[in-house]
Amino acid sequence: MTAPAHAPAPTHVQDLVWAALGTVLDPELDEPITDLDFVESWSVSPDGVATVRLRLPTFFCAPNFSFLMVADAHDAVSAVPGVARAEVTLADHHAADEINGGVAAQSGFVATFGAEAVAELDELRAKFLTKAALAGQDGVARPLVDRGATPEDLAATTLGAVPPSPELDRLRRRRAALGLPSGDDAPLLITDDGSPVPVGSIPLHLRRARLQRVGIETNGEYCKSLLKTRYA
Amino acid sequence: MYEKDGEKYFIVDSHSHFWDASRENWKPGQEQYAKGWIDCFYGYHQLGPPETHWDYEKYLKVSPEDFERDMFVEGHVDHAIFQSTYLKEWYTEGFNTIDQNAQLLDKWGDRLIVNGRFDPRDGDAGLKQLEEDIAKYNCKGVKLYTAEWNNGSRGYKLSDPEAYRFLARAQELGIKNVHVHKGPTIWPLDKDAFDVSDVDHAATDFPDLNFVVEHVGLPRIEDFCFMAVQEPNVYAGLSVVIGGLMHARPKFFAKVIGELMFWVGEDKMLFGGDYNIWVPKWQIEGFVDWQMPDDEAFTDYAKLTTATKKKILGLNAAKLYDIPVPAELQLPTTADESMQPGEELVRDTAGAQA
Repeated sequence: MTAPAHAPAPTHVQDLVWAALGTVLDPELDEPITDLDFVESWSVSPDGVATVRLRLPTFFCAPNFSFLMVADAHDAVSAVPGVARAEVTLADHHAADEINGGVAAQSGFVATFGAEAVAELDELRAKFLTKAALAGQDGVARPLVDRGATPEDLAATTLGAVPPSPELDRLRRRRAALGLPSGDDAPLLITDDGSPVPVGSIPLHLRRARLQRVGIETNGEYCKSLLKTRYA
Repeated sequence: MYEKDGEKYFIVDSHSHFWDASRENWKPGQEQYAKGWIDCFYGYHQLGPPETHWDYEKYLKVSPEDFERDMFVEGHVDHAIFQSTYLKEWYTEGFNTIDQNAQLLDKWGDRLIVNGRFDPRDGDAGLKQLEEDIAKYNCKGVKLYTAEWNNGSRGYKLSDPEAYRFLARAQELGIKNVHVHKGPTIWPLDKDAFDVSDVDHAATDFPDLNFVVEHVGLPRIEDFCFMAVQEPNVYAGLSVVIGGLMHARPKFFAKVIGELMFWVGEDKMLFGGDYNIWVPKWQIEGFVDWQMPDDEAFTDYAKLTTATKKKILGLNAAKLYDIPVPAELQLPTTADESMQPGEELVRDTAGAQA
């Protein structure tokens, strides 16, 4: 009789931890922290303690987003089979002590920062998902526009009618997270509340979507430049 | 003045500093913040071309001679506007106070404009100080740093009633231009610290003041643009945009400039070199040489004309600050002209060049 394979092999767990970290987004930049090089180190001990150190582009990166990333990483890594306990910490940051202590104690943001923080961060997260869902419409619609699609064509286009692409998958995921229409019959272009964009408003809507995408991507580029400089 | 290919550019640097981040000025007990702050700046510094990088020690505090050379002798700058950033919670004598800036006035008073500042959380004493500063330095502008820490508070909003009291008084005393820092910051903790909606309210309620959003609210450039297109008295301060992106991320620099040209327009964009995060020389020379790329990805964006560059590099700011411009260098710009709210949208002239 062979031993039951309850615990995956340590190296495998290590890979799973990396994959779990890849599900954690920087909410502002809408990119995984693994792609952004925010994971300074990660390891799993033989007894299943996962130790992860995160780092950010500057000492003063906003503590709200920082807290979200550390807390999300803690949740994602804790859920990995074979991980008994997760220790996720943030390095070289002005609020590192508060954030690390708060996340380890599983306190919410308000409990961690007291009077400085008025509300929990769900609203903030939703706000940035909304931005990502607008930017994502540019990512999916722009190739159609480049091929000559008119506002009338775009108004009639559903997600199911768009050729598969990573941008489309991403847009669907962001919408689903917000409870916005993300199925095949959902219109490609929608406003923040999920209603279809009227034909007459489509040119301006596309301008807004593109600006949103430029904004998010430029932030990402700025942060990557600063991170590279900081940890050269 | 900068001259290239027979064209002359009148340069107004609308956003410069003369700071003291030397170790002696780090407030005891707060050293990590003082160091963290200037280290952040030093990170930005390194986004410029490598040959312009300075040694860290030099970067902490420059001398008046450095300033003179970097700005006026080598830097092509005709007039510079000093913005102050106090940060007295972390720097014993302040990071960059009005008085520090004013040290240079004796020698360069005809080319330097010192802007005032206020913090509504300072109450009546702060208002009195503002009145004195305006009288002493004949200020036409103020720089506001809404995210600054003050006595346990980590920031305020421009739309707070107390901030309105200060704005009203400043306007009575002759202030025309309100520069608001909306860039990297740390407050408020749970909300979005780059939110520009407070500027939106203030710009509507003070239609005769010009609001210059510094760093174009960079992390939230979309919020800034959606707001600026509806508020005719809102301007885009390009400090950190040219310095941080033109060399390090040219493709994104092109996109940001393209979007600003469309949403804000060339009459409402102001060059700021952000000395001494960077020196102005390479930024001005690079911007004059710069053009929107021809690639397909940029075909929707306007090309920049020589007139566009002249306005952005100096003529718009000169108009806001009533700086005399030699007639042969002058061009018409709508900067500082009152328009009806929404007029640009109604007439569809917002970014008409795009």
